[in-house]
Amino acid sequence: MERVTAKALELGVPISAQLDLTYRCNQRCIHCYLDHDDRGEMSASELRDLLNQMARAGVLFLSVSGGEVFLREDLFPILEHARTLLFDVKLKTNATLIRERDAVRLSALEIRHVQVSIYSHRPQVHDSITQAPGSLERSLAGIRLLRAQGIRVVVANVLMRPNARDHAGVKALASELEAEYTIDPTITPHLSRDRSILALNVPRGELERIFRDETLVGDVACFTAPPGPVDQSILNGIPCSAGHTACYVSPYGELYPCVQFPLSCGNVRLQPFADVWRHSPQFQEIRSIRARDLATCSSCVHLGTCTRCPGLAYLEGNLRGPSTADCEKSFLRTGIEPAHALPLRDNSDRAS
Amino acid sequence: MRAQYIARSPRIAARLLGGEMIVISAEDSALFSLNDIATAIWLAADGRTPLREIVEQRVCAEYAVDPETALRDAEELVRELSAHGILLSSDQPFPDAA
Repeated sequence: MERVTAKALELGVPISAQLDLTYRCNQRCIHCYLDHDDRGEMSASELRDLLNQMARAGVLFLSVSGGEVFLREDLFPILEHARTLLFDVKLKTNATLIRERDAVRLSALEIRHVQVSIYSHRPQVHDSITQAPGSLERSLAGIRLLRAQGIRVVVANVLMRPNARDHAGVKALASELEAEYTIDPTITPHLSRDRSILALNVPRGELERIFRDETLVGDVACFTAPPGPVDQSILNGIPCSAGHTACYVSPYGELYPCVQFPLSCGNVRLQPFADVWRHSPQFQEIRSIRARDLATCSSCVHLGTCTRCPGLAYLEGNLRGPSTADCEKSFLRTGIEPAHALPLRDNSDRAS
Repeated sequence: MRAQYIARSPRIAARLLGGEMIVISAEDSALFSLNDIATAIWLAADGRTPLREIVEQRVCAEYAVDPETALRDAEELVRELSAHGILLSSDQPFPDAA
């Protein structure tokens, strides 16, 4: 896999892409970074044409997401077309709208897996995050239908203050459902750049506990080890695959480096996908950036191991700047201060 | 000797990357990288053309290789890819072949 990614990087091929079919959603998750109006989604015909173009450009790994994808009545023809083009398809959904016939059709399509967001094993907590009463029960019913068809399910557990201590319960629930489990303690600012939802971030004390839980991070000593020396290969490295081998297409045809990186590089309704990918000044600028060019980060001891997200840095106002959430994670993981001074924030452990 | 027909499994994902065919098995998510000759055979696996004909047209015509050796190598490749569920093999043409 690493060799395939390296070759894609060498050839300038967008080997991975996320395609959001809609921003509409039947839930109103308190941490969601999207607005849910339909501002003119691409039609099935436009999406078929786009998928043809993406296949020709070399996209292999395709995440189909939203919003809630099952609100698209034409979801299955779109997925069928994607599979005809031999994309490796992953589907992200809250699973609340999945019926048995949908699970049967998904199984026939041989998609890689379905990722379902579950916030808590406690209905009152999950439902308070989705702001949709009964949603945990419906999501679990959807997962059971998928599993009954032998479909691989990944339970994605985004952590924030209200559910910060529920990861063990969600992990046990995933195990009971014979689903895989992933955890993500990152809250992304709203695409409108409103940063107020960042107040939902997991308290630092809880994040430190998560980073020292071997059931979540594996080898704790390795995970929390101090970073090694920063050498030339690290300084000459690219900060992230976004814009190099990965991209994101919104329901309105805007092409971005990543779903978490809202720097529009062009619109596939106005230009061919490959033209935007190859020639947009924004993509070219992103591709010109090496770790050595990063303000502050290039002199940080964590440079080689930090999970710095360029999209989050961009949302903080500087494409080449630090991503504070990742500086904080590096610090909490290792106990070593990053070059970027961390802001003071409410560190009370008021996780419920 | 009975003819052998081969077809690409609909259960896989695949993409040509710089002349190299990358194939991912749905069964075990294993990732395969096919070399030039294997890619040529893969692309010609339409379920209707006998393997011997594919080897003659796509391998022997393009590469300096003895036809019987090429066919033996192709049969071995087909066995390997079939074992991973990414290629289907039959002594009859595939009815649903495109």
